Amino acid sequence: MSKKLVIDPVTRIEGHGKVTIHLDDDNQVVDAKLHVVEFRGFEKFIQGHPYWEAPMLLQRICGICFVSHHLCGAKALDDIVGVGYSQGTPMLPTAEKMRRLGHYMQQLQSHVTAYFYLIVPEMLFGMDAAPEQRNVLGLVEADPDLVKRVVALRKWGQEGIKAVLGKRMHGISSIPGGVNQNLTIEARDRLLNGEEGLISLDDAIEFAQDGLNLFYDFHEKNRKQVDTFADVPALNMCLVGDDDNVDYYHGKMRIVDKNKEIVTELDYHDYLEHFSEATEEWSYMKFPFLKALGREEGSVRVGPLARVNVTKSYSDSTPLAKAALERFHEYTKGKANDMTLHTNWARAIEILHSTEQIKVLLNDPDLQKEQLVLAYDQSMWSGEGVGVVEAPRGTLLHHYRANQEGNITFANLVVATTQNNTVMNRSVRSVAEDYIGGNAEITEGMMNAIEVSIRAYDPCLSCATHAAGQMPLVVSVLDSKGKLVNEFIR
Amino acid sequence: MSIKLTIDGKEVHARSGENIIDVASQNGVYIPSLCYVKGKPCLGTCRTCSVKVNGRVMAACTMPVADGMEIEVNDDAEIVDMRKALVELLFSEGNHNCPSCEKSGRCELQATGYEVDMMVSRFPYRFTPRVVDHASKTVFLQRDRCIFCQRCVDMVRDERTGKKIFSIKGRGTHSSIEIDAELANDMTPQQVRYASDLCPVGCIIDKTQGYDDPIGQRKFEIKSIKDRALEKEHR
Repeated sequence: MSKKLVIDPVTRIEGHGKVTIHLDDDNQVVDAKLHVVEFRGFEKFIQGHPYWEAPMLLQRICGICFVSHHLCGAKALDDIVGVGYSQGTPMLPTAEKMRRLGHYMQQLQSHVTAYFYLIVPEMLFGMDAAPEQRNVLGLVEADPDLVKRVVALRKWGQEGIKAVLGKRMHGISSIPGGVNQNLTIEARDRLLNGEEGLISLDDAIEFAQDGLNLFYDFHEKNRKQVDTFADVPALNMCLVGDDDNVDYYHGKMRIVDKNKEIVTELDYHDYLEHFSEATEEWSYMKFPFLKALGREEGSVRVGPLARVNVTKSYSDSTPLAKAALERFHEYTKGKANDMTLHTNWARAIEILHSTEQIKVLLNDPDLQKEQLVLAYDQSMWSGEGVGVVEAPRGTLLHHYRANQEGNITFANLVVATTQNNTVMNRSVRSVAEDYIGGNAEITEGMMNAIEVSIRAYDPCLSCATHAAGQMPLVVSVLDSKGKLVNEFIR
Repeated sequence: MSIKLTIDGKEVHARSGENIIDVASQNGVYIPSLCYVKGKPCLGTCRTCSVKVNGRVMAACTMPVADGMEIEVNDDAEIVDMRKALVELLFSEGNHNCPSCEKSGRCELQATGYEVDMMVSRFPYRFTPRVVDHASKTVFLQRDRCIFCQRCVDMVRDERTGKKIFSIKGRGTHSSIEIDAELANDMTPQQVRYASDLCPVGCIIDKTQGYDDPIGQRKFEIKSIKDRALEKEHR
């Protein structure tokens, strides 16, 4: 008899989602979908607020990547008041570097959370390990020293965020045209040298390498599974600078194909000319795609895997990450890497890259300079702005319009998880076919494999639907008549 | 003329004609208030300074001291809770969104909420729809946050004509704060800043300066509203 499997909720991700898998009479997968079942509406309720509240209010979409939302909004406000990238105005060095420092600190803590707390349990214990074991508590029991280092590393990132934004979460640093403070010598030295209860920069770099080595070891032992699990095609997109390397704060949007050839490159202010969004009645999350290529061909992957696929290299100032990236690039011999579990490899590289970029910034005296805000007046008001940054989960876009009185009249947010919607669905389908299709009996481990494919993207469904709460997930199996046959609810 | 009275059982001396808030402050006893500005005429609108005078509840800003008065500020649990309830009512009446408000850290209502140990309002939030007025070139008027203290109405006037720039329209729950946009457009930057600082909440916001003070360095983060009041620096 045909079946419907349901995983509801998906666990260890941010937000609410469920998966349904339709099987035919021979237990072959007919259809598999990731549904996002939450709705929030930030784009609507920001309307009517003073324009400068947008980065302060909209960052509360997320408790993880709030700095990215804050910076995206700040870049859009720079445009609105007339001193942004759309006017060709470069940001003051201290302001830009402060924004970057907060951004890299957040990337570090966000990636560390996703990688170690949410993903590593499967790497250490296996996808079909007992659910009671494959979680962070199981990790504490198995390797307490590792967990202590992870906690210390994440704390260091959080303290870095606090030094820049004033609070560990939802602080305020960026204001139209710049930032409201520089980095004090005391704050800098505290992050560089550490103190009782806080690791030093050198410790952070060392701990970041532990994460990478953890992946290498896991890969060595499970090469076949890691390389074949959800190997799904997609274009890859990220911001790149003039050196063709990823730039997490500002650059052109570059999209490359499997051969790493540039498919499209655009100034993000023109995103509406290039991107469209499809909707489905079974999910609150939209499906963005490149208009020129259509929905199937034009869907892009964003995030760590996409970034390491797009970037040519890293700067010489981040030698450890650069060497790790070269090893990554060599593995696929110049081709873009579509192996979903290699996202975790890319994430581990980016943890290391973040620490080395932070090292460069903390040693830059520009961070202590006093010129923080570009001057502007009402005659420069443009009333429209777009900001894009590379958030931990990928390319994040905020677009606002404000009237002459200063009211926000329009807001559009295209978040990384939304960009990944199609490729995540492809991954779910692929894993469903490989792990569930053809099996008469569905085990908990098989269902968890579906979740692993989603978790690799570290999706934030709360951000993506602009909804509330934790992210549990449901997996359902339906029969050919749509009748629910099996359901896993966490 | 010098008179004698007690505050929370302690005998103090005061000059006849002074109000209870000032006398208490001179004697190290903080009484919160959201409408009273030292040196300006009392408004008596917010009632947050309620104390017991000879057993009766009175507003400390409008009540002059008198010989032999027995004033209870903190010794009486009922009046302490009543002041807290009054602050909670202000939060539940308006739409106060501290996390993104430009005034956060400089807001007297927020600071007073902390001072009276408010954790959550015991009263249901009304979520009254209030329309913003950003028509003036100089200020954002965020009606959601107005507590109808009337400081701006009485203390901010057009420097040329003496006319009021702000006014209250309507009565009771239909009241709304209004702004004369033309007069507001003529305000000097200093007057805009004065009006913005005078507003105890984030209702009147200077359009030219936003979020300039970093978190940790904002007015009431540097020194609490209580300490400022006791040092006679309140406002």
